Amino acid sequence: MEIHDFEKIFNEKIENEIKIEPKDWMPDAYRKTLIRQISQHAHSEIVGMLPEGNWITRAPSLKRKAILIAKVQDEAGHGLYLYSGTETLGVTREETINDLHSGKAKYSSIFNYPTLTWADIGAIGWLVDGAAILNQVMLCRTSYGPYARAMVRICKEESFHQRQGFDILYTLSKGSEEQRAMCQDAINRWWWPSLMMFGPKDSESAHSDQSTNWKIKRMSNDELRQKFVDMIAEQVKVLGMTLPDDKLKWNEERKHYDFGEINWEEFWNVVKGNGPCNKQRLQARKKAWDEGAWVREAAEAFAKKRNTAPLTPPKGENK
Amino acid sequence: MSFEIRKFFYGDIPENKSGGNTQSHIVSKNDWPLWEVFIRSKQGLDHKHVGSLHAADAQMAIENARDVYTRRMEGVSIWVVESKYIHTSNPDDAESLFDPANDKAYRHPTFYDLPEEVKHM
Repeated sequence: MEIHDFEKIFNEKIENEIKIEPKDWMPDAYRKTLIRQISQHAHSEIVGMLPEGNWITRAPSLKRKAILIAKVQDEAGHGLYLYSGTETLGVTREETINDLHSGKAKYSSIFNYPTLTWADIGAIGWLVDGAAILNQVMLCRTSYGPYARAMVRICKEESFHQRQGFDILYTLSKGSEEQRAMCQDAINRWWWPSLMMFGPKDSESAHSDQSTNWKIKRMSNDELRQKFVDMIAEQVKVLGMTLPDDKLKWNEERKHYDFGEINWEEFWNVVKGNGPCNKQRLQARKKAWDEGAWVREAAEAFAKKRNTAPLTPPKGENK
Repeated sequence: MSFEIRKFFYGDIPENKSGGNTQSHIVSKNDWPLWEVFIRSKQGLDHKHVGSLHAADAQMAIENARDVYTRRMEGVSIWVVESKYIHTSNPDDAESLFDPANDKAYRHPTFYDLPEEVKHM
């Protein structure tokens, strides 16, 4: 068969909603797009542990601490599911991680913002995980099998993340004057960066078109963003708080909320590495990797020793 | 000395023609081997493939699999097998490979029209 035959079969599969599996022929650009997208997603899970890790030792109660540890552990797991996904496309784990550490690979810019108060942990769960879930639910139907399966697994675990975040804010919203102020402040700081998580506007996004044709993405950035705004604009009322956007208003005609313009200059600045915590996050990753080197070496040495140890009969036998 | 060999990952393509491009890798001496993980979710059910992970040896693969894949009581038993020992059929041959099963509708019970009076068959 010629290349164009393979391409025809590939296109027919996409057309007929048949998942592409690792051994199937796929266009080079499809493979590259997936490697880029899945590894970015994996890095986001891994780097995403850092802003929250900041609060594990300072969580206000043992219950909150146990919950936060469980959530951070989930994120490590999500990163691993996704790294495995990239490996089915023919890149090694080591290459992928090196690309993160060298700054070549990107991760979601949201994790370059600092977590200043305990309320930020609530806002991250409610807003950041809430935004991520919309994207991830869509990706459960993505055309590449291993990516879709990883997403199904992740979505099952993710809704606890959003609920625990809302629960933190809800508790604060019923608290003292100071706690309520803290809650509102966290929402004010996380709202716009959360909207930025959906990426550039459809009219500006370089990757969206081809990804949509290949059914990697099933909804556009703007569609997802609108869905998010509609959802959060209602939920914030339950908290008795407000979103920091004076243009936010229900549009009866569109049956959607209208909202203000995102500060795109800030968005591109953070993507380019000039966010509040870009350097700190990468340094923390590299430090963890370097300082864990002895653990990796020890495990390898131990595995070697165990595999080459001579068989000794159990005690009390052969006497 | 570094030497180049073709490395096959889980699900990787064993022929040049069936990949979008030829990939060759310097085998990383730092990456631990890849393991495929199978979980029995409940006593009485089959072990089912759930994903893969890296580990230095089988013991560590089982422990990592517990942490990565059974944090919410998803399993009562774990199998791990090094990915390099998994052999798969080639998707390009699927049509001819599965052809013998394609035209034998008489293997299914619904092929047979029985008289109404026959019960419980």
